[in-house]
Amino acid sequence: MPILSYLRALNRALGAEMERDPAVCVLGEDIGVAVSNVTTGLLKRFGPERVLDMPISEQAFTSFATGAAMSGSRPVVEFQIPALLYLVFEQIANQAHKLSLMTGGQVKVPVTYMLPRSGSRAGWAGQHSDHPYSLFAHVGIKTVVPATPADAYGLLVSAIRDDDPVILFAPAGAAERREDLDFATLRPVPIGVGRVHRPGTDVTVVAVGHLVHDALEVAGELAASSGISVEVFDPRTLYPFDWAGLAASLERTGRLVVIDDSNRTCGIGGEIIATAAEEMRLIVPPKRVTRPDGAVLPFARALDLAVQPGPGQLRAAIEAVIKTG
Amino acid sequence: MTAPQGLSDAPPADAAGLYRTVRLIRRFEERAIEMVRGGLIPGGIHPYIGQEAVAAGVCGALRPDDLITSTHRGHGHVLAKGADPVRMLAELAGRETGLNAGRGGSMHAADVGVGICGANAIVGAAAAIATGVAWSQRRAGHDRVAVTFFGDGAVNQGVLLEALNLAALWRVPVVFVCENNGFAATMRVEDTTAGSITGRAEAFGIPAQTVDGMDPQTVLTAASCAVGRARAGDGPSFLECVTYRFDAHHTWEHLARPRYRTDAEVAAGMARDPVDIQAARVAGAARERIDAEIEALLDEAQRFAAASPEPDPSRALDYLYSDGLRSRAGTA
Repeated sequence: MPILSYLRALNRALGAEMERDPAVCVLGEDIGVAVSNVTTGLLKRFGPERVLDMPISEQAFTSFATGAAMSGSRPVVEFQIPALLYLVFEQIANQAHKLSLMTGGQVKVPVTYMLPRSGSRAGWAGQHSDHPYSLFAHVGIKTVVPATPADAYGLLVSAIRDDDPVILFAPAGAAERREDLDFATLRPVPIGVGRVHRPGTDVTVVAVGHLVHDALEVAGELAASSGISVEVFDPRTLYPFDWAGLAASLERTGRLVVIDDSNRTCGIGGEIIATAAEEMRLIVPPKRVTRPDGAVLPFARALDLAVQPGPGQLRAAIEAVIKTG
Repeated sequence: MTAPQGLSDAPPADAAGLYRTVRLIRRFEERAIEMVRGGLIPGGIHPYIGQEAVAAGVCGALRPDDLITSTHRGHGHVLAKGADPVRMLAELAGRETGLNAGRGGSMHAADVGVGICGANAIVGAAAAIATGVAWSQRRAGHDRVAVTFFGDGAVNQGVLLEALNLAALWRVPVVFVCENNGFAATMRVEDTTAGSITGRAEAFGIPAQTVDGMDPQTVLTAASCAVGRARAGDGPSFLECVTYRFDAHHTWEHLARPRYRTDAEVAAGMARDPVDIQAARVAGAARERIDAEIEALLDEAQRFAAASPEPDPSRALDYLYSDGLRSRAGTA
């Protein structure tokens, strides 16, 4: 079967949606030459009226996209660097997100924000390595973090078709993933629906984005070494979260570990644990593995890795909740 | 946002039409201030009194299907573009019958049906939105023009300067209208702004003009030229309308009384009144008829606002998502 890479999946989804709907356009920096390998070939295929290279004016082009979306277009905005989201937080959280409610439903803003290679890229240091998806979930922006090529394809398609702003984080840690599949089976993936990658009975691991792959690796090792049965639950969408899917998983396992590439305070991991504690079946206290509080990713490789959540910490957390009872 | 349709409310831009608009805005604002004092309008307003010629002249140059974005001091723009004053006043009072179903209020009034894409409470923020609106309309094959209003305080906001660049680069059919009333809240323009206001636009190659923003006819003439240029495909223009805010930055000033301009200065600023300037161009009998119509309309608007229901608290977050997604409640 053909092999689909993660970034190629995003490219394919963009191309398919632009083909299907003339309202869809893409804008961002260096997208004509496809510096981030997501918009490859689109300029030639769809022309400069639909593939718009932008000056380095993130605030203006983010609100430009809002205006275009209010007025019949369906823009996809690419940001090369996740920290640019801090620059445009006003334009997304305070403008695009609020216009529907503030106008009493007169305005829709069908815009997609796309972050290829979010999180640490190894060696890109403090201002290019953040993973601020929890901020957007907190604000109420529909937030998706696909872990696999097929989900990247399906969630980008759904994001573009959605009538509200949607933000898609494509973690650098998942960007090299490839999947053997028949392209004809690619489908939209509904926003707000999680996925169980591996069923299990002892503990549910909720893993976000690229950490799904770490979780699967640890689950395999623990099954072989200790006979621990780990269920790996990938929420895929962080807002709105698939609470029913998580509750069903916890009905089976009663134990919860979350691995989340956010800083600890107010990261999505905290929300997942709080909701599980309030509303779901837990037979032992849950645990989470995150970046440290207030983390700024340091440059040196060993330091960069030291503040990212990883498989070793996850294994220890799983063993701890199993030991508790 | 669908295309505006069935528009017949936009006031005509002849002398009597301009007078009707400036007079309507003035009386609307005076009544709104009374309603703030009476507790019927929560949160207060940013009165447009003194600046009526700008809204009337600029909107007088627009077609009903043209589009505008407005500001925190936006009542004048919204009324001049043709929104129903009755539903506008109900919106200020936070009623379900308001333009925005009570979800927007004074600083966010919108009426997409008459081309009002919304008023924005962040200074300068709407300029880039309006640029996107205008670009998208052109891409869809329309010849509509968008106008974005902002104050002198906005000319030092990065996003507005970035929007000027984008609009000029792609010759977007958008007109930038700066209402220079001399003050960004309480800060004098000369204390906050280096260089000139029009010089900012000129730096991007955008034709810019400073006009007397107290005379509706003068504004109309300049705006017609700018709008015509945009519609013809010749790109954006920039108008600096020099005006004066007669009343407070915000009605909280009526209580707090901050001292940032002297009584003599205010009196000098009010010496030329846009309503009087336009009134002198309309025959007395016609003017009296217009005045009476406006009072009757505003009587009705005040009655309607007071009698309209408050929105149902259980529906506080209606319209948050276009697909009807209901967010989780704040309590179990």
